[in-house]
Amino acid sequence: MKSDLSTPLGALQSPLKVKANAMWKKLNDSKLLLTMLIPAILYFAIFHYKPMYGVLIAFKDFKAFKGFDASPWVGLKHFRMFFSTPNAWRLVRNTFLLAANNIIWGFPAPIIFALILNEVKNTHAKKWVQTISYMPHFISTVVIVAMIDLFLSPRNGMINNMLVSLGFERIHFMAEAGWFRTVYVVSEIWQGLGWGAIIYLAALTNIDPQLYEAAMVDGATKIKQIIYITLPCLAPTITTLFLLRMGRVMSVGFEKVFLMQTPVIYETADVIQTFVYRQGMIQGNMSFATAIGLFNSVINIFFLIASNAIARKLNETSLW
Amino acid sequence: MFIVLGFIVFIMLYPFVYMIAVSLSDSISILQNKVTFYPKGFNLTSYKIVFRDPRIFTAYKNTIIYVAVGTLISLAFTGLAAYALSKKDRLIGAKFFNILILVTMFFSGGMIPKYLVVKDLGILNTTWAVILPSAISAWNLIIMRSFFDEFPKDIEDSGRIDGLNDYGVLWYLVLPTSGAVLSTIGLFYAVSIWNSFMEPFLYLQDKARFPLQVILRDIVLLGSNFDNQAASAVGDSVVIEDSLKFATIIVSVVPIIAVYPYIQKYFVKGVMIGSIKG
Repeated sequence: MKSDLSTPLGALQSPLKVKANAMWKKLNDSKLLLTMLIPAILYFAIFHYKPMYGVLIAFKDFKAFKGFDASPWVGLKHFRMFFSTPNAWRLVRNTFLLAANNIIWGFPAPIIFALILNEVKNTHAKKWVQTISYMPHFISTVVIVAMIDLFLSPRNGMINNMLVSLGFERIHFMAEAGWFRTVYVVSEIWQGLGWGAIIYLAALTNIDPQLYEAAMVDGATKIKQIIYITLPCLAPTITTLFLLRMGRVMSVGFEKVFLMQTPVIYETADVIQTFVYRQGMIQGNMSFATAIGLFNSVINIFFLIASNAIARKLNETSLW
Repeated sequence: MFIVLGFIVFIMLYPFVYMIAVSLSDSISILQNKVTFYPKGFNLTSYKIVFRDPRIFTAYKNTIIYVAVGTLISLAFTGLAAYALSKKDRLIGAKFFNILILVTMFFSGGMIPKYLVVKDLGILNTTWAVILPSAISAWNLIIMRSFFDEFPKDIEDSGRIDGLNDYGVLWYLVLPTSGAVLSTIGLFYAVSIWNSFMEPFLYLQDKARFPLQVILRDIVLLGSNFDNQAASAVGDSVVIEDSLKFATIIVSVVPIIAVYPYIQKYFVKGVMIGSIKG
């Protein structure tokens, strides 16, 4: 039934019918577009949403041969079991400390780099520095850890050779728990500095130069200009990126930690996700591993919501 | 100021300079720590051994296959969806789909549930297990969608007047001028597949199917030895382990460095679009 508002009869049709007809038309119109979406919908449904549902095995005693439905519910048993193990606290502490250090040192670094680079007037030089600085971002994690392993090697690693020539002792970086976080964070900064700065540099070019001119007329120093003009203008960008970061805070780059760790340094290097890996993939305690992984995700979500709320209160920028 | 920048450039480049130098140097110089910026006693021994190792050859082949097939599939899936989603007014449920996709950027089931899904699909230990689980990146999808948003509507409208349907408009009008975004996102996906370690490691079992990164880890981090036959075939000069390891690393990084200038041109724009609009 078509709704034709030009005839008296058509105009009398109820708003609901009009809406329904419009929707029907839209559906018809979208037919082909919807087919374009099919691969993506299938992909997200199978590889993202189905696992989300599968997380429920954290509350069951999942046995592969029984399958999902036949495995019995056990409520919070796995969570209780996890927290009664002696290592639970160590894992949470390590995950948190690694993530915190990564953010405290790693988050400001690209910003500072962008600020410095922004001062360079020679566009040619600026471009070259930028190009070189992005390169490490494209190197794989395996290569990064391999480089770390070789350069920090106590036998003849480049860094240790340098230490010795300066009169210091050799340090076995990769085997001392105390060095793990430093090595992890420093290498993260090395890899992410240039790439992270891209967005800040773009935002910096959007700041009205007249603001700076006015400030200079008022006699403001470079530092003052940065504090009172640059940073406030960058605030929305910084906030958004910070929130996006918090969304992944507890998923401390599993791949890198996994590749860097050895049982010798579990004291600082074992994080929740690596424990989940060993429990689930090596020992086959699927339910238990999923439960701990879920716990990790929940903390993540908590941090994300908390920071979003704080961001909303402090300035107008927030993710939602 | 410039000291800081100079220092940064130096520490970004020097590791590679050092690795290349050592991998091309002779053992005596390496043992005496004489190699700093350029090779001493230039020789290609390490590289010869690396290239003769059958594992590396197989792994390279595997990686190239995974990258080729994977990039094609990823680009196709992502491109189609991005185009459809960019038709915000015409597509029914566009908002709903967008949220659905955004949510996956923050929440996920985790390693174990995802592994179980892959297992239940029966694709463990196949090429599909390497390609499908990360076929679409929500981030890349948003970037492509933003790009299609900008496409002039008039051109599309005139196409539809001429009788083209959505697929026709996409294929004949939009895609031919979308070279920039297709190359950028394509390269993003390619690099990502080239560099992937975790998925192949989790989902593959046969050594013969392992890609480069997994073999690289075996050799450099776990120290599994090079084929003794390969080593002795090059003569009985002692080859330093580090030189071999650096050569292996360089060999797996060179393709990335090679495409780097091409990606470089486009991605800054792409990243900005993605982050500002997304």
